Amino acid sequence: MATTASSRRTIGRTGVPLVELKGVSKRFVRTLDAAAKIGNVFGAGLKEEVVHAVDRVDIAIEPGEVVGLVGESGCGKSTLGRLAVGLLPLSDGERYWNGVALSSLRGLQARTQQLKMQMIFQDPYASLNPRMRVIDIVGEAPVAHGIIRPQAKTEYVGLQLNRVGLDPTLMRRFPHQFSGGQRARIGIARALAVKPEFLVCDESVAALDVSIQAQVLNLFMELRSALNLTYLFISHDLGVVEHISDRVVIMYLGRVVEAGPAAGLFSAPNHPYTQALLAEVGKVEPKKRTFAPIKGEIPSPLDPPTGCHFHPRCRHALPRCRESPPRLREVAPGWSSACHLNDA
Amino acid sequence: MSAAGPSQGARPLCKEGGREVRAAASVGEVTRSPPLLEVAGLRTHFFTRAGVVKAVDDVSFTVARGEVLGLVGESGSGKSMTGYSIMGLIDPPGRVVAGTMRLDGRDLRAMSAEELRQLRGNRVAMIFQDPMMTLNPVLRIDRQMTETILAHERVSAATALERARAALVKVGIPSPDERMRAYPHQFSGGMRQRVAIAIALLNNPDLIIADEPTTALDVTIQGQILYEMQKLSRETGAAVIWITHDLSVVAGLADRVCVMYAGRIVEEGTTFDVLTHPRHPYTQGLLDSVPSRSPRGARLKQIPGMTPSLLDIGGGCAFRDRCNQATAKCAEQPLMAAIGDPGSGQRMRCHHPLHWEAVA
Repeated sequence: MATTASSRRTIGRTGVPLVELKGVSKRFVRTLDAAAKIGNVFGAGLKEEVVHAVDRVDIAIEPGEVVGLVGESGCGKSTLGRLAVGLLPLSDGERYWNGVALSSLRGLQARTQQLKMQMIFQDPYASLNPRMRVIDIVGEAPVAHGIIRPQAKTEYVGLQLNRVGLDPTLMRRFPHQFSGGQRARIGIARALAVKPEFLVCDESVAALDVSIQAQVLNLFMELRSALNLTYLFISHDLGVVEHISDRVVIMYLGRVVEAGPAAGLFSAPNHPYTQALLAEVGKVEPKKRTFAPIKGEIPSPLDPPTGCHFHPRCRHALPRCRESPPRLREVAPGWSSACHLNDA
Repeated sequence: MSAAGPSQGARPLCKEGGREVRAAASVGEVTRSPPLLEVAGLRTHFFTRAGVVKAVDDVSFTVARGEVLGLVGESGSGKSMTGYSIMGLIDPPGRVVAGTMRLDGRDLRAMSAEELRQLRGNRVAMIFQDPMMTLNPVLRIDRQMTETILAHERVSAATALERARAALVKVGIPSPDERMRAYPHQFSGGMRQRVAIAIALLNNPDLIIADEPTTALDVTIQGQILYEMQKLSRETGAAVIWITHDLSVVAGLADRVCVMYAGRIVEEGTTFDVLTHPRHPYTQGLLDSVPSRSPRGARLKQIPGMTPSLLDIGGGCAFRDRCNQATAKCAEQPLMAAIGDPGSGQRMRCHHPLHWEAVA
């Protein structure tokens, strides 16, 4: 478990990170419609609704690293993943690839750059077009981007399918003819078909059965070493994240509350939220557990608590937690946590 | 509650499941009070155009009062269909084709539709995976809850409301009076599931069948729901069948576990026995697949292949194509047999069970 710290690779926080997000924010705004604007003329006092889905987040991912991004639903982890690959425009902040600001790229340069980042989605049912055959699902992008010639599609798709452990003779089939695990593999093959270097996996194994999940996790690990991939692995399943990640980032309500090496963070979490979260990790040990959950639910991001977002549920909350939001501060080399308790 | 007499020991037994039923009953007599629910040789088949899908195939188990039974399996293993069969919720083209299900000695299969309706939501309640699908989106919570009471009892609306409110308090919903007047979409996922549990508890059921009720929830919310369920089953003495694919939930919650694969129970025993020394290679494979059980970054021991289509399983052990112990003998369907310490109640369905040396 966490104590068997792997010393396979010690990733120093030196050198240029492959992907870096600096001060990234995403706000979703529901603008006032015409009726509300007219209402405001007469003093209705209606305001735009703003959700701070992601609030000034900094993440740096070294080449070859697997970073686990953990949080409960609504904490902004999927939004952050989409921001990282560029599926959503940023409200604030900047993305860097090998130190180059991505907003400075234009045209062809931006497009080829974009291919290096791909995403694997959560739902292997919804993320594949039901009316396309596998050969088109996997082969469309490489042809469109000129990676292969259209005539080479069959052969190329066959290679891609082989690599993810699917029988290439099945490529003329439709997604509904595959099982969940096979569909997950199709999604992976599609992402890998354009030769990416960085993959964002958004809950990519959450919909799979345990035995199939183990197969897909093993596939991720194999591909990582074979193709020298870098992952941002988004999941709510702490067991999976603990297993696969080198470093872990914990999010709560749009903010990063703790980030650190997986081995350390899972054995000695610093932030009270991380501690509470880890206490809930189900261990497959046949011991009657008394479930002692943390109270309350994740608050609405429309109206987040003041100060530290976690303070209403935190058992160590101080008066100042209500007033000022704590900064992410380094608690150990390469390990930071956003909690006022660390200042004491 | 009508106190029907406990079922008698000697009953007509179905042919194939005969041995296991008798074995289970004898264990039951030694260690437990007469079971509340007794399922023997249950077969639920779906007659589709492509062929007969044996979703549940010769499943036998018992649940005692106050006991939490974990029914574990991957998708398509028949665990939900077992639950639906008990509730009488199998729709065509599916049909319960064989077996007996006795609740307190009363044969569920012999009941008329009306008798079953009286039973459901009253003595047997079910909690489903997705509370948004089971709560009516256009009815307020108070209406949905009182409806459940009024369908089974002649009480005044005020009494029903009061009981509904009490049930909401029991499952830990803050400001119940306000929440009674809310619609399902105004609740969060965890709160919705609490409402669904409150509805299930309204008529003090003897048996609760919970079908993956925490799968759609966050871990902290899952912890809260498990905490409530644990407390409630202890307080009310209701038996619980907890259907899940998540071994870690079962590990902390259940007294006994049945592991299902391709429509059959392949292993059964106390949670401790099954999780610490599984006898069936599938159970072992399932445990090995759990990431938190192996060292970080190490390759997970995976079960090769995938679950077979229930259409063309054929005879023999359904797991043999994925099993590293399989021999020619596995082409013959193994029978459920007791294994290990007699009295432990551990049973499995395998020709080549795993052996554990240090097992007392």
